[in-house]
Amino acid sequence: MAKLVSLADGVAELVRDGDTVALEGFTHLIPFAAGHEIIRQGRRDLTLVRMTPDVIYDQLIGAGCARRLVFSWGGNPGVGSLHRFRDAVQNSWPVPLELEEHSHAGMANRYVAGASGLPFAVLRGYTGTDLPRHTTNIRPIECPFTGETLTAVPALRPDVTVVHAQRADRAGNVQMWGITGVQKEAVLAAHRSLVTVEEIVDELEPVPGQVVLPGWAVTAVAAVPGGSHPSYTQGYSVRDNDFYRAWDAISRDRDTFADWIERHVRKVEVQA
Amino acid sequence: MTDYTADEMMTVAAARQLRDGTACFVGIGLPSTAANLARATHAPNLVLIYESGCLGAKPDRLPLSIGDGVLADTADAVVSVPEVFNYWLQPGRIDVGFLGAAQLDRYGNINTTVIGGDYTDPKVRLPGAGGAPEIAASCREVVVVVRQGLRTFTERVDFVTSVGFGAGPGDRERLGLRGGGPRTVITDLGVLEADPATCELTLTRLHPGVTVEQARAATGWPLAVADELTTGEPPTADELTVLRALEATKRSTPSGGPA
Repeated sequence: MAKLVSLADGVAELVRDGDTVALEGFTHLIPFAAGHEIIRQGRRDLTLVRMTPDVIYDQLIGAGCARRLVFSWGGNPGVGSLHRFRDAVQNSWPVPLELEEHSHAGMANRYVAGASGLPFAVLRGYTGTDLPRHTTNIRPIECPFTGETLTAVPALRPDVTVVHAQRADRAGNVQMWGITGVQKEAVLAAHRSLVTVEEIVDELEPVPGQVVLPGWAVTAVAAVPGGSHPSYTQGYSVRDNDFYRAWDAISRDRDTFADWIERHVRKVEVQA
Repeated sequence: MTDYTADEMMTVAAARQLRDGTACFVGIGLPSTAANLARATHAPNLVLIYESGCLGAKPDRLPLSIGDGVLADTADAVVSVPEVFNYWLQPGRIDVGFLGAAQLDRYGNINTTVIGGDYTDPKVRLPGAGGAPEIAASCREVVVVVRQGLRTFTERVDFVTSVGFGAGPGDRERLGLRGGGPRTVITDLGVLEADPATCELTLTRLHPGVTVEQARAATGWPLAVADELTTGEPPTADELTVLRALEATKRSTPSGGPA
């Protein structure tokens, strides 16, 4: 049964220096507050995994938490580039960032393999692109039945996956709906998991299209209302598109960025 | 005739490319604008598929990202991301894939990864692949929408993120890519189509007021031009009205606060 914890305790207990960490969320339900707590607690040398590293990964990278990034699309959707990510790749600032790069289909299947307890996943993908030249984690494989050449990618098994959801009950059963992306797979693929939720309720009322993660498959749950902002939580908040637009200017300059992190992340008082 | 910009012409031309009733895999930005314009004009039954898992989304305003709430709220079905790629894209169920490009070569190979330098030390780091490699591989056909210019239309792409026709005829078959590839490229200057025999992108249509010389000057390789080069129709008043109304919704997207 999942433990109900505070965000600070959950991160302290479950996210360790040097870990492989996946904070998933496909535009919707991105666990921003948990990412900020990781920055506040000063985690270092993380391998960050995510299909769509956007602003929260830009913040983690700029704050020096990451050593390596495993991803398939790194940008600020609808706005442009991630300037801290670019600065890390192009100029090693604040620390060098190693990349392992995939396609969305490849990353999604790597989580599926991890959740399924398989060593790898098979897909029709990557063929003819330059992506396989830069990682040994994309390889051709022959179908034993048809002889056709397909592509294999290894399972992703994060040390810890962090996601945000609408709500949980007191037993730690987690309920999410709307665009649920790859969160279920990412949680089941991980050794440990932390779920932040808008609220903890006595009983989970069914919602159309819901995904339920049973409490016994989740390590810890923390109530963090608004924990996805500037991303959104369907039924609770809308995406703060103005913040995503504003991030472009904030993140372009190292000092402006550092100042923003100091004021909006490091110096924020968090309830224990 | 109403005044319009080159970008508006490009978006309208892209929208016109979409036939009613087909299923279209939509990326954010210009493809999403064009697909929603098509749905609001000549193609009311166009099925919009967003890689966030929204199948048959019917947004009444333009989303800023592929995962805005309005897409999930209006979709026929919201499925997981592995399902979008494995059950819907991979088997070839999607008719048209809409892609952009930072670099494009004469065979429609696309780069959205790195420009200049080498991979580990690039001059410009771009967002990367996203869904594009498999969209380019598996959709029945691919439409590329991109502004034409020497930095974009290059002799060689610095990185092959998504395969068009590879090095020419037969390459898609040899690689086992089952979709039809980038048969159409729509730019702010005109339309290029892949030659059925050589696979080379060939200028077949110019937008009104654009010359062949302008198109050649904006292309980083000797541009093939069709014998029967045509001139497209300018945007209609209706297309422009709908497009501008859609663009206005993007600027007024709500922010913050409870839903």
